[in-house]
Order: sequence, then structure tokens, then C-alpha cells
Amino acid sequence: MSTMTVKGSRRRSPGATRRSVSRNLTAYGFLSGALICFAFFSWYPMIREFILSFQKTNFIDPPEWVGFENFATVIDDSAFVSAWANTAMFTLLALVFGYLVPFVFAIVLNELRHARSYLRLVVYLPVMLPPAVAVLLFKWFYDPGAGLFNQALDVFGLGPLAWLDSTDTALLSLVIVSTWMNLGTGTLIYLAALQSIPSELYEAAELDGAGLFKRVWHVTIPQTKLILLVMLLLQIVATMQVFIEPFLLTGGGPENGTVTVAYLMYQYAFSFGNWGGGGALGLMLMLVLIVFSAVYLRVSRDRT
Amino acid sequence: MSYSTVRDRATTRPVTSAPTPQRTRRPRRRREGPQFRGLVSPHTLTTTRGKIIYWVVMSFVLVTFTAAFVFPLYWMFTGAMKSPEELAQVPPTFFPETLNWGVWAEAWDLLDLGLFLRNTLLYAAGAWLFTLAFDVAAAYALSKLRPVLGKLVLALMLSTLMIPPTVILLPAYLTVKDLPILGWNLLNTPWAIWLPAVANGFFIFLLKRFFDSIPRELLEAAQIDGASPLRILWSVVLPVSRPIIGVVSILAVVNVWKDFVWPLLVLPDSEKMSISVGISSLSAQMPQNVLIAALFIASVPAIVVFLIFQRSIMAGLTAGSLKG
Repeated sequence: MSTMTVKGSRRRSPGATRRSVSRNLTAYGFLSGALICFAFFSWYPMIREFILSFQKTNFIDPPEWVGFENFATVIDDSAFVSAWANTAMFTLLALVFGYLVPFVFAIVLNELRHARSYLRLVVYLPVMLPPAVAVLLFKWFYDPGAGLFNQALDVFGLGPLAWLDSTDTALLSLVIVSTWMNLGTGTLIYLAALQSIPSELYEAAELDGAGLFKRVWHVTIPQTKLILLVMLLLQIVATMQVFIEPFLLTGGGPENGTVTVAYLMYQYAFSFGNWGGGGALGLMLMLVLIVFSAVYLRVSRDRT
Repeated sequence: MSYSTVRDRATTRPVTSAPTPQRTRRPRRRREGPQFRGLVSPHTLTTTRGKIIYWVVMSFVLVTFTAAFVFPLYWMFTGAMKSPEELAQVPPTFFPETLNWGVWAEAWDLLDLGLFLRNTLLYAAGAWLFTLAFDVAAAYALSKLRPVLGKLVLALMLSTLMIPPTVILLPAYLTVKDLPILGWNLLNTPWAIWLPAVANGFFIFLLKRFFDSIPRELLEAAQIDGASPLRILWSVVLPVSRPIIGVVSILAVVNVWKDFVWPLLVLPDSEKMSISVGISSLSAQMPQNVLIAALFIASVPAIVVFLIFQRSIMAGLTAGSLKG
């Protein structure tokens, strides 16, 4: 009897087969637009990234396989170490500011009972500005002469700083812009997470005599651990791709002080015409970022 | 479910799962219930000391936030209206001595902002339309029609989430420049923005997860009535999917509006530039006050859109943070 049913289900009636074929055709009809876009603009470029970095090409002669030569060229470049060091430093500084500040903001905002929507709105305003606009605005603020920042420092009897023109402050200046225009996102996400913490936990902690900081340490942080981790990974991946700030503010200078990996990659392709070298840099960045992305996807899947 | 205040979302993720059909619309804003408390107990806030500390912190936050996030906009607005001499003056004036209203027209004409804004609008609108048409259809097919190899297709689409856009920037540019097989050059055409915008694994993920949560019975009822898959998508799935469509729409438009690197590469023709690229490419040649005026004009659409769609934008933000 049981073999009968297996056979029966395997040999479908012609009507069922036709229905299944038509269902599949419809489904792939629906999928076609997205599939074409993904194939051309996502999947193929991923493969091409590998091809690009192992080839030498000038787009006129047929490309030539050169093994790891592009990587060797790039690594020999004096800007290579600077680019990675700057990217790492930028990411680290952006974490110190851009990661801690939003969390502190969120904790404070969560306690306030007045002007809540105003504060939330205002902190998110810079996020809405096109990044190029924000960056150019700050370029003006950083002006060593009449720029807002030096004038503000002057009020406190400090400065003036050279900001973008000095190797000491250039990278930090980029971090400040980047933080200013992005911290609204983190703040609002943490705020949402904080508001889901059950009140009882705070009440219990308070009854046990926990002070304000102990409550943050023993209740707030453990309760938002996962989102903190997710945001950490997300931010590392986002900031390691930093491009627009050096591109618009410093052009990588002074003395390669703000060259980043993404910016160097751009320069290799569009300024030096060495697409293989650019591809090699892109591939290296990809390998680093994929690790963080993979952990991030894993962690955030666990959450939901 | 409606986009309610930020506080609901972390717990219930309403935007990313389908509504139960009978629940139509909740009140837009819920008041903080008396049960709500944060770190500080409500009792502490009633004591005199608590009140003083609260108001000190409150005013400090209010002043700091206004200074950090609103003042730059004020400075930009007034800076644009100052004369170049006043702009270079040390120390700067807080209020412009003379208001130079003409600067707005000057910036508009000198930088051809009308053209750049029209271009950007065209790119954003097209990207939005293509994203909705293709990604909604695809997510619906993957979620409800479940074709052969559907799981593989989904996995391949989601795998693109692991690849940050910057690292495939060069090969993507080369692809747009010379489309494989077809040999088309899409540089300086809107297609170079529109089609890559569709290839967004995150949108597929958001939409599919939402469609997955639409009860099967709802669709089966329509199927029994003889509705075609397209009809079911249009009349059954879309109406209940308004929240997620809203989130995807906003993300799609904002992505294009804010993007800089991609339009910089694929739209090098100064007639085709988006607003960000256009302003930055001309920034070096402009007098300071005109450039600042242009920056302000470029910020206005973003700010206006934000004020109007605040709630949905913030909803999209949390949906975005919990990719996964």
C-alpha cells in the first residue's frame, strides 16, 4: 500500500504537471526583472572583481593573466601601508566617537520627559542630508582662518588648529564629520532598544541598592547586548569603506595622511589607470569586510 | 500594523511582519503609559534634588543638541546671505549685517541647481519604481509561488548582503560601461542608477519576510475564486503590505538621494550629474557664499521630506538595523 502512494505521488497526473510547469513559469516571470538586475549588477561584478585583480588590462588589448603581480604592485606602493593604517585608525576613532556617543545620547534621551520628539528629530537631521553636502559644509567649518571651528575655539582661548592641513588633525577631522552625519542612526536604534527593557529590571536593581551607573552596567548593557554587537559590526563594515570624506576634504593628503583603502582603490583605477591594482585592493578589502559581514549576519539572524 | 512610536518596534517588529487582517490602524501615537520608566525611578524625579538635576540635564541636552545639529544649519543659512567680505571676517558676525537675498538666485543659476535637482529626482523616482516593480514581484514569487530552485535564488540574492558596495565598485563600473553579452554602455544614462538599485538583497529580504507572514488562507481564498497570481499580488498581497512597501520606498529613494560615489562614476557628464556630485564638482570654482547657498538649497528637499515622512523614515531605520 505504501509503495502505491509513493508511486502515485511520483507519477503525477498530466493536469498536475501542467499546473506545476505553469506555476514555475509564472514564478520565474515574476523573478525575471530582479534576476537580471542581480546577475548584471551584483553577481557578475563579484566574479569580475576576482578576474580583475589577477589580470592586467588596458581595455584595448586582450587582458592578460598575471597571477599575483597586481597585488605585489599595490603592496609595494608606499601609500599602501598608509591607506590600511589610516582606514584602521579611522575605523577605530569612529568607534570611539560614533559608537559610544550614540549610546550615551540614547540613554540620556530615554530619561528625559520633555521635548522628546524635538530631540529625536534634531539628532537625525544630519543623517538626512546628502553626505556630500554635509562634508562640504564641514570643509567650510574647518577653514583655518574664518572657519566656525577655529572661531569657536578662539572664544575659549584655544587654537587655532590647522584641521585638514595638518597630519596631526586631518584624520580626526574626517572622523568628526563622519560622526556628525551618522550618529543619529545609532542614537535612534539604541533608543528603540532601550525602550523595550522591562521596567521591573530597573526597579529590582534599584531595590537591591544599585546606583545609576550600576544600573547601566548591570541592566541596560546586558539587555541591549545583542543590538550593541550588531551595531558594532555594522559600523565597522560601514566605516572601513570610507571614501567620500577623503575624496572631498583632503584628496588623501597631507602626506598621505588621509588616504584610505577605498580612496586608493579609486585612485588606482581612475587616476593611474591601473585597474588590476584597484581590483587587487578591492579584493583585499572585500576579504577583510566579509569576515565582519558574515559574523554580523549570523548574529543578527539569531536575534530575529 | 501602523508605524507607531519608536518604542514599539524593538519588541514587536511590526513593520517587518504582516498584519493580522482584522486589525486596521492603531492610534498613531501612544502616550507613554504610567508604567514606563527608565534608569531613574519616577519617585526620584519628584524630589527637589531630582527635579533640579533633571532640569539641569534637560537644559544641557537641549542646548547641546541644538548647538550641534541645528546651529550648523543656521550658520549655513546666514553664511550664504553674508557678503564674501563679511564671510571672511574675523571674528564672524552672528547675524548677517546685510541680507543678500540675491545669493539664492545666483547659486541656482551659477550651479545649474534646477538641472541637478531634476536629474536627482528622475534617478530617485526611477529607482523607486523599478525597485518596487521588480523586487516586490521577486519576493512574492519566492515567498508564495515557491518555484524550483527558489531557495537557491534567494540564497544568492541574500549573499550579496555580505559584499559591501564599495568593494565591487570597480567591476560594477566596468559592467555598466560595457554590459556583458549585450555590449551596451549605460554610462550617462539613468539606467546606470535605476537597474543597480534593484539589485538590493536587503529589500528582497525585507519584502520576503513580510510576505512569508501573510496567512496562506488569505491567498488560497483568492485562488479558489480563480484569481491569477498577478491578481492575487495586486489585490490581496499589496493592500496588506503597505507598511513594508512604505519602508522599502523610503529606503530606495533615500539611498539614491544620498549616494555619491556611484553617480560620481557612472554619470560623469555635467548635464547628467546628481545634485551631490554636481555641487561638489563645481565647488572649487564658486565664491564661498554662493557655494554655501547651493549647499543649503541641496539640503532643503532632504529636510522637507524628512519632516513629512519622519515616522516612516524612523520606522525604516529600525527595520534596517535588524537586517537578519
